[in-house]
Amino acid sequence: MKFRVERDALADAVAWTAKSLPNRPPVPVLAGVMLEVGDGRLTVSGFDYEVSSQVQVDVQADADGTVLVSGRLLAEITRALPAKPVDVATEGSRVEITCGSARFTLPTMPVEDYPTLPEMPRSAGRIDAGLFATAVAQVAVAAGRDETLPMITGVKLELERNTLTLLATDRYRAAMRELEWQPDEADTSLTALVPARTLSETARALGPLGGSVGVALSAAGAGEGMIGFTGGERRTTSRLLEGENYPPLRSIFPPEFVAHARVPAAALAEVVKRVALVAERNNPVRLSFSTDGLVVEAGATEDARASEALECEYSGDEMTTAFNPQYLLDGLGQLGKPIARLSFVDPMKPAVISGSTEDGEDDTSYKYLIMPVRFANQ
Amino acid sequence: MGRQQLEQGEGPGGADGFGPDADDTGCGILHVDMDAFFASVEVRNRPELRGRPVIVGGVGGRGVVSSASYEARRFGVHSAMPTVRARRLCPQAVFLPPDFEEYSTASRAVMAIFGEITPLVEPLSLDEAFLDVSGARRRLGSAAAVARLIRARVRDELRLTCSVGVAPTKFVAKLASGRAKPDGLLVVPADRVVEYLHRLPVSALWGVGERTAALLHRLGLATVADIAHTRPATLVAALGEAAGTHIHELSWGRDPRAVTPRVAEKSVGAETTFDTDVADPDVIRRAMLGLAGRCAARARRAGVVGRTVTIKVRFADFRTINRSRTLPAATDVAREMFETAWSLFTALATDEQVRLVGLRLEGLDTEGGAPRQLMLGEREHGWRDAERAMDAAAERFGSAAVRPASLLHPDTPTDRPGPTRPGS
Repeated sequence: MKFRVERDALADAVAWTAKSLPNRPPVPVLAGVMLEVGDGRLTVSGFDYEVSSQVQVDVQADADGTVLVSGRLLAEITRALPAKPVDVATEGSRVEITCGSARFTLPTMPVEDYPTLPEMPRSAGRIDAGLFATAVAQVAVAAGRDETLPMITGVKLELERNTLTLLATDRYRAAMRELEWQPDEADTSLTALVPARTLSETARALGPLGGSVGVALSAAGAGEGMIGFTGGERRTTSRLLEGENYPPLRSIFPPEFVAHARVPAAALAEVVKRVALVAERNNPVRLSFSTDGLVVEAGATEDARASEALECEYSGDEMTTAFNPQYLLDGLGQLGKPIARLSFVDPMKPAVISGSTEDGEDDTSYKYLIMPVRFANQ
Repeated sequence: MGRQQLEQGEGPGGADGFGPDADDTGCGILHVDMDAFFASVEVRNRPELRGRPVIVGGVGGRGVVSSASYEARRFGVHSAMPTVRARRLCPQAVFLPPDFEEYSTASRAVMAIFGEITPLVEPLSLDEAFLDVSGARRRLGSAAAVARLIRARVRDELRLTCSVGVAPTKFVAKLASGRAKPDGLLVVPADRVVEYLHRLPVSALWGVGERTAALLHRLGLATVADIAHTRPATLVAALGEAAGTHIHELSWGRDPRAVTPRVAEKSVGAETTFDTDVADPDVIRRAMLGLAGRCAARARRAGVVGRTVTIKVRFADFRTINRSRTLPAATDVAREMFETAWSLFTALATDEQVRLVGLRLEGLDTEGGAPRQLMLGEREHGWRDAERAMDAAAERFGSAAVRPASLLHPDTPTDRPGPTRPGS
């Protein structure tokens, strides 16, 4: 195998495949990426039995062939190369990379031990890449990280006609985002529970490329239990999580509220960050709403305390509630709107944050729900 | 125990100047010890047992005696003896399995009385405590008067008896209560502590067990007086620095330890040994469920919540393993503790014979002080409230009143279905 490729094209391709490689692979070959040259194109692939990634790049091919090298090392090397054409060639059981005056020799792993990448499931539709990246980030923030509860480490995708809904929860908060997409078939009705980490990395990598992302998902038959995403020359597949008993998140969002507050999202986030400095681990910040505005406090009588007031439009009875400050910041940070609209039923019931504009145009396409913290004497 | 000191009234000791009426000047420490506590609670609750030998303990093949009434002690039965042996010594005794819920209820009542006397109460176990009453003199009278008051209140309000030692130090107070048993009061006047101690055998000293006593005997030291008149250096050479100095100090009645009210518990736990080793997951699951209920009830009673659930599993070959998981938020809910414990157990993926399982809640914080992150879909009146209702029912009707359905046993008469059965 022997080819010449542009440095950026190679670095991007390797970074895309290496992102899904396991830190501690069960077998060494799974830590590798495969470089395959044929028909004037280089195909870079990575697979760990859960997630597969593949990308194709045009190259100047002198000799076809296939090698398997350490993905992490190759990604670090290509990222550090100078902006010059890169020559890659196999030399016996080694692969040689030359770029300008830099020269690297890497050992290879046996290609025949490498698993075959799964087939892409059937295409289901397309969605704007930038919009998808934003939406996934908004929802994935609420997904759980506790691997002992695999179900909550996922983001649920509901593909219903031309509406795509993303949902996630870690049982203490939940996020829901609705957006439009273009299904291949008008009467599409599919659901999938995708590992949040894979979905975030994929959406984040495909977003800047622009254009649209293809979603591949089969209800039955080939590729069942798997979801695929394509963007440009890139594709990825991921195994789905078992989602049969996923909590009915839609019904957890209260249908009606008795109190609403409107407050600048960035200002509230600043205040919460400051006040939370005195909140010890697992201790909440308390939010007191009244027609006079909002007071954010933290700390206990004998410990350090902090409080800060900020202007806030509030309609409802005077109320004090408490939240984990990080949960609050996660939601505020993902609104993407200047005004945060907080809606309440009761200090002990879930509160919902959504975005709004200064002119009062409410946007409920994104909703972030947060369970309060019950504090002392409550 | 073996001594014949069973006169009624305030007990023995008057003749030699130690006893209920001795001079209590300078005595501020009380050691109160309930008499045959578990057995006495049983007899109180079942008057038909009065006068009969009653033995409380594990009734299974591996059980040991937890408590024996004085009637049973006459036959040589004592606590920590295998139940099998107790049965041989005293076959006519009434053998009862321990009802810890009942004993802790009684213990709380006892400790509550102490708490009304002085805040300086240092419980040593369910049935004994040190009290520093030196500050109660103006309010309640001298230490001996307070001791009489406590004995009277325990007798009248709880229908139980206790023995009280009154002395200037904890060590001597504890010795004195032991000498006053049962149902007695013994005052060791401050200026006669040394005289009192010096007549006693070396084994009376704290920290002197069988082995140390034998060692001291070999040195020709039989009584506390012998110890007192031995050079500390000799004792240190024989017993080591700490123990040698310690017993010499004690032999002169010097015991500087103050009564320290109980420090907060660091964990609450419970464990159970199966009568015969089991591998059946259903049996282990039910045992875990029962343990979770006990731990959670204890946590709620102590007003604490914990974040870490630890299980202990001892296999038939005595290999013992611990596994723990820390929860995102502290809990005192049996349901949550059980689910965590059970997932820890199933993760062991074992089908071995199990001898013992234990469950422990650690990383404690005071409830109420600890904010509680609510969970999505958590009902306003969820498991926690259901379990609090169980606590209240158990308080009134006994621990068998309400419990998880899978812990019901069709043969036990207490398990009849009642109107309140949360969680079913």
